[in-house]
Formats: sequence, structure tokens, C-alpha cells
Amino acid sequence: MAIEVRIPTILRTYTGGEKAVEGSGDTLAEVISDLDGRHPGLQGRLVDESGLRRFVNVYLNDEDVRFLGGLETKVSDGDTVTVLPAVAGGMR
Amino acid sequence: MLTIDREIYEQIVAHARRDHPDEACGVVAGPAGSDKAVRFVEMMNAERSPTFYRFDSQEQFRVWREMDDNDEEPVVIYHSHTATEAYPSRTDISYASEPNAHYVLVSTRDEETVEFRSYRILDGEVTEEEVEITS
Repeated sequence: MAIEVRIPTILRTYTGGEKAVEGSGDTLAEVISDLDGRHPGLQGRLVDESGLRRFVNVYLNDEDVRFLGGLETKVSDGDTVTVLPAVAGGMR
Repeated sequence: MLTIDREIYEQIVAHARRDHPDEACGVVAGPAGSDKAVRFVEMMNAERSPTFYRFDSQEQFRVWREMDDNDEEPVVIYHSHTATEAYPSRTDISYASEPNAHYVLVSTRDEETVEFRSYRILDGEVTEEEVEITS
């Protein structure tokens, strides 16, 4: 199954500059792991031991996966996954 | 150097003043690769906090997609500090994730004085730059 994954500027060093790559799998976790096979290091920028990294936003189509099933969110052929770094900061 | 229209400069400062004592945040979009800040977009601070800001993830998605559709990029990413100077904090630096953006900091700690400063933040390194306001 082909899932389009849109990659933000800051992570395009892992995709040879590509804005979007294709992955496959039944869940978001599987797609990310599939991508890591071709783009080593990408997975580590998206997930850590506890799940999705806190300052990375991942969307399935137009919904934040945190409001769906997180890494276990089911994906299907034709879906688009978008990765955006969270924009955050503070005075400390 | 950041070159910015007076009108957009005023909008950023007004947003920071209005949301004080919470931190305000937003972007100014511009044509990709142009380095021109033309379209002011005020964002919600999902944290509604005087010490922290984070773009609401759904709003960010909509705004980023809009920029993508218009072939724009975030030329400026701004936020305010409400009690400290307009200099990037450790958290600002560690979460900075748009290598092409000018990171603008506005401090609202003083009611009379406007502190408006701009930085490049790349791989944890902060470089302050000049701000030129045009009209």
C-alpha cells in the first residue's frame, strides 16, 4: 500500500531533498519503520522509546494523529501523512 | 538582515501587546525563496501561557498547507517574551525547526519601549541580525 509522506524542510536531509516520499504499512508505526529502511535516521527524528516525539506533529490526511491512535493509527492506500515540526518555545 | 514593512511590524507588536501577559506567536509568510515577509498570520498560543508558546497543531497544519498551496514559506516566525528580554531562550533554540526563517522576538516587559529583535537559529546556533523597517 502506498502512503504519501510529506517531509518538512528540516528533515529533507534524510530524503535527499525530497518533499514527499512513499511508504507502506497498515499503521503509522509500520510506515515510519518502512521509510527508515530507505531513509536511515528518519525514524529516530520522529519517535523515541515513549512514542511520537513531543515536538513533532504528525497528521493523517488533515488530522493530528494524537487525536487518532498515535503511532497505532491505521493507514490505508492513498492516505497522506504530513510531518511538521512543532513551533514552540518559551522564556526559559 | 530582516527587512520588514512597517505595517507588518506594527501588527506583530500589537499582537504581542494584546496577548500580554501571555506569550503571543505567529508567522509572516512570503514567496518561497524570496526572503520577503508579506502575509501576516496571527496564530493561537495553544499553551496560553506567560512563559511558553506552542502553535495549535491543527491551526499550524492549515496554515502550513495554505503556504504550501501558495508556494510560500514561513519567512518570519515570531513570538513574545513577557517578562524577559527579546533574546531566544534555551527552549526557543532547541525547538527552532525552520532553517530558512527569521526568528523574531518581541518583549512586552516594558509598556513604553518596544524590543523587536531578529535571529537566525540553525543547529542550536543563534545569530542576531539587523532589522530594517521599511514603509
